[in-house]
Amino acid sequence: MMANRKFFRNLVLFLLTIPVFLFIFLPVLWLFMASLSTQVELFTVPPHWIPQHATLQNYLDIFFPSLAASSVPRTFAVSLLNSMKIASAVTLICIVIGSLAAYALVRIPFKFNRTIQMGILGIRMIPEISLVLPLFIIASSLQLINKPIVLILTYLSFALPYAIWLMAAYFQTIPKELEEAARLDGCTRLGILFRVVMPISIPGLVSTAMFVFLLAWDEFFFALIFTNTLAAKTVPVAIAEFVGRYAVNITGMMAGGILAAVPPVLVALLFQRYIVSGITAGAVKG
Amino acid sequence: MAVNSKSLSKRHFSLRKQDARTAWLLLIPSLAVILGVTLWPIIYTFVLSFFYAPTGIHQVRTFIGLTNYLTMLKDQTFWETIGRTLYFTGVSVGLELILGLAIAKLIHSHPWGWKFLRFSLIIPWAVPTIVNGAMWRWIYNADFGALNGLLMQLGLIKHYIPWLTLPNMAMPLVILADVWHMMPFVALVLQAALATLPGELEEAAAVDGANAWQRFWKIRIPLLRPAILVALIARTVDAFRVFDIVYILTNGGPAFKTMTITYLTYLNSFSYGKQGTGAALSFLISLFTIIMAFIYISILYRPEENQ
Repeated sequence: MMANRKFFRNLVLFLLTIPVFLFIFLPVLWLFMASLSTQVELFTVPPHWIPQHATLQNYLDIFFPSLAASSVPRTFAVSLLNSMKIASAVTLICIVIGSLAAYALVRIPFKFNRTIQMGILGIRMIPEISLVLPLFIIASSLQLINKPIVLILTYLSFALPYAIWLMAAYFQTIPKELEEAARLDGCTRLGILFRVVMPISIPGLVSTAMFVFLLAWDEFFFALIFTNTLAAKTVPVAIAEFVGRYAVNITGMMAGGILAAVPPVLVALLFQRYIVSGITAGAVKG
Repeated sequence: MAVNSKSLSKRHFSLRKQDARTAWLLLIPSLAVILGVTLWPIIYTFVLSFFYAPTGIHQVRTFIGLTNYLTMLKDQTFWETIGRTLYFTGVSVGLELILGLAIAKLIHSHPWGWKFLRFSLIIPWAVPTIVNGAMWRWIYNADFGALNGLLMQLGLIKHYIPWLTLPNMAMPLVILADVWHMMPFVALVLQAALATLPGELEEAAAVDGANAWQRFWKIRIPLLRPAILVALIARTVDAFRVFDIVYILTNGGPAFKTMTITYLTYLNSFSYGKQGTGAALSFLISLFTIIMAFIYISILYRPEENQ
């Protein structure tokens, strides 16, 4: 009787998970199927849910762009590389200068410490739209539009406070006794930071790097404003440009979309265990 | 002794001074960046909002006091846009919270495959916003989209429908795309919070004869309150400034039906050539954000909830 009831409960719960799985996976599967289709097959009514002439051509065109391919795969080949470069640079800068700042805020008592902490928390919430005009005016006058440096610098406006905040939360979990012991042995603050704290903070650094990378990879607004040439575009801007145009190679765009989603999804799945603590500590995904 | 303690405190003092110097040394690179790309621009935006500032580097700006704000507050489009943005924010955050809580509860009941379910939730969250938008735009496509195909095969519609051009459907469809993308965030946060709750209280209540429904509403929800608030505020701040998904799905159309406040600001600043108005609008968005941030900080730092 008990076993029966338990089985019944499990069955009901399992049945409840099915609509959730469908809601999560159907849209992505449809995107994936479209990326494997030929242009002709995609334009059939009713749709072929599973392409009868599945092809990897759309992906091959992006990885090995030839002049024969349409502008879509050629744009993706360039913009994926741009996104990769910019997101990596932002991540590297944030990790290096952000973790130094976080350590000072968490472990060194000094005047204004609290003020700066609160300031950084508040600044993290300022929307991009409120920063974009001055940044655009100065970037235009310095002729920095379309230069990767302008995206790297402007991305720091949201990524750096976020990184400082995440690293501060991590440093707080490191026992003070470790540092005090090193201090008694005559280590300086900087010595403690680099020889004691940093080596045991690698998990924190990794998860912070992951979040910053996701943010930078996802960013659209600044990239839309600060780039207008093919050579400078990031993936989101490339996708936005193709969307809604019938004349373009839609299947190529779908393959580009899948490729744009692969790095963040892979990173997020690999570092799954950091995600929840990270999003709770960071709380705002840009 | 006196000399000794004096020199000790002197040494202590110099150590503190040294500490302060180290702290500033470590902070300077970050503070310089923040000053340059965040603090200075936000002040500049504020100043700009008091000027008549047509686009173009060599255009002359004229100080006009509060005129940008007053014009904006008298403009019906502005109030309609605020209303629409609040509608988007309220409905999408509300749905994300309800669905997120339900799914968190479902995962917490450990059905078969719950670990895989938790794993799967990460996928929609990690998909870039623009890819998400492009995906849904293709799903809603009037001529070849999956939504039309599916509804037709189920016999629910007789002919294909141009979903995103229907004035009353556009916003709900934008909301659906946003819910798909961000509901997992809420579910993951709440699920993590549920997992850390102590079970004793509920067991005690069960012994006292409280049923599952009462236990959920009277015990678990109050205990979850901090986590719910964190998720709620994070999502509200985020949803109020929505731009990317609107840009890619509808461009604010049809007939302004999905025009949100950030989109209107973008148009003023970069399409209509009214930088002053754009600055005033964007400053209002910041103001809303700052208010939300204050609420957020005061919740996070309330001592009894800070365990």
